[in-house]
Amino acid sequence: MCVKRAPAPGAKIPLTADGSAIDTRNLGFTMSPHEECAVEEAVRLVEAHGGSATVMTLGPPEAAEQMRDGIATGADHGVLVETDRTDWDPQATAAALGEAIAQLQQEGARFDLVLFGNESADAAHEQVSVRVAHRLGLPIVNGIKGLETSDGHVALRRDTAAGSERYEVPLPAAVAVKKGLNLPRYPALKGRMRARKATVRTIAALHHPGGLTSHGLRYPPDETTETEILGRGADAAPRVVELLGEEGLT
Amino acid sequence: MSDATHGSNGQSGASQTVCLVLVEADGDAVCEATRQALTVARELAGTVEAVVLAADEELARRLAPALAAEGVARVHAVTDPLLAEYGPEAFGAALAQLIRSVEPTGVVAPGTARGNEIMAHAAAVTELSLATGCVAIAVDGDAWSVTRQRWGGVLWEDATLAASVKLATLAPHAVAVQPTPGLEHATVSTFACDLDPTLARTQVAQRTPLGAGVTLSTAPVVVSGGRGVGSAEGFAVLEELAERLGGAVGCSRVATNNGWRPHADQVGQTGTRIAPNLYIACGISGATQHWVGCKDAQRILAINTDPEASLVQRADYAVIGDVQTVLRAVVDELDRARQPADAGAGG
Repeated sequence: MCVKRAPAPGAKIPLTADGSAIDTRNLGFTMSPHEECAVEEAVRLVEAHGGSATVMTLGPPEAAEQMRDGIATGADHGVLVETDRTDWDPQATAAALGEAIAQLQQEGARFDLVLFGNESADAAHEQVSVRVAHRLGLPIVNGIKGLETSDGHVALRRDTAAGSERYEVPLPAAVAVKKGLNLPRYPALKGRMRARKATVRTIAALHHPGGLTSHGLRYPPDETTETEILGRGADAAPRVVELLGEEGLT
Repeated sequence: MSDATHGSNGQSGASQTVCLVLVEADGDAVCEATRQALTVARELAGTVEAVVLAADEELARRLAPALAAEGVARVHAVTDPLLAEYGPEAFGAALAQLIRSVEPTGVVAPGTARGNEIMAHAAAVTELSLATGCVAIAVDGDAWSVTRQRWGGVLWEDATLAASVKLATLAPHAVAVQPTPGLEHATVSTFACDLDPTLARTQVAQRTPLGAGVTLSTAPVVVSGGRGVGSAEGFAVLEELAERLGGAVGCSRVATNNGWRPHADQVGQTGTRIAPNLYIACGISGATQHWVGCKDAQRILAINTDPEASLVQRADYAVIGDVQTVLRAVVDELDRARQPADAGAGG
């Protein structure tokens, strides 16, 4: 599985004074929720069918923390594709991840499934998974909320506004999953101990920048809303029903 | 109708830039997200041409009048037997082949799940750069300057997209459709592509339609509950109100994590992002990841005991009080208000 270290914000995301980045001094870090489901799914598949699960991340040395979270959940190996501390564009990220996976394959590793989160919580480029799959020559489907392996195939379910779509993709394959696929477990103490001791392999990443160059972050123009207080408690009911009437709902 | 075959664009000149727009159809109509993409594309190039991916050119012909009205001069009917049913690899490869044939200045697609997926595949095949989730795109010399959503839209990122062909998707609900004089007629050009049959491996194998009833993503009204609802049973009064309003019930992450509601009901960055006419948020404080999922609602009514709650501050209307007390009173009041109306006006 490929995961990404991202800040874990509360109600407001702080920016640095020059607006170039998120001020992470007082923020914790986490892997994105979709990716937690990817890790959980991989661990469940290994529990059911044997084999092993490797969690991979591209990022600064600190991203080893998110990989250890993956190992604590039950993954067997961790690989850090190490970068400087800048945020790489999706083409550069995909190229480096693809090269790292290819390197592991050349060394004899064989992956039946390469799992991604559908998009990262912070950048949400929604394309790294697809670009890596193309580099590796693997089929890929995004937005998956149901996954079942059978003999040489994986059956995938994607929910749409009109219902659901089922895909039957031959293995090896790549899949980008969404939260709701499963309920990720909370790592047991034993897993945390194991994660602390586990060796994390580091592969140096080559930076091949793509054509999307970021100039910084800012808050959207203020959508200041004047909140109209309709009342307190049950006494507000007539005013609420009046509002529903204005919406054509009574 | 004098339809041209592909590549015979007689009026093409060096100064004539073409921007392609990937069309997502809603039956025989052009979907709202596509009209938003067309609005943006009209500012990016001299000519806007549309792309319809299907097994044959029938769909392109049916959509052509509506697309002409949006200022589209040409509709590329990109055809292959594999495009009879959706498959991300085949659709992406088909678009990639058209891009290489037309060499437009750029391609804009609706930033729906499918639009983003097709564009990611086309970008991977062509090795072109792609900016997803844009809220604004402008020409900047040979490049495009883009503003794109981060964190589901609570932050914006300014970036430069430099490529021989610029690929971008538009965040849903970010741009208002602008009226345009439109054109009398759009030419349909058929581009028969040559897809590798093995791409059938990611084609949809089976579809299961939703049962009858409103869904969270399309309901005009959503009544949503969070920590303040207190329990799974506490959602009963939300169900009552939603049923009376023809709406759907949603929830926050707290409600899902506590096992009060299934994840399918969750509104938020990792749940469903909704844009109903009215969003009634009951006992939801409004963390960033929830706000991202509901901020596109036309109007928001927050019900919360805490007047300082983030969602109360951001809502159009608020009622300060306990969810159960307030909603019970609202349901009763609504039933009272409806009785004489039903008797008098007959619906």
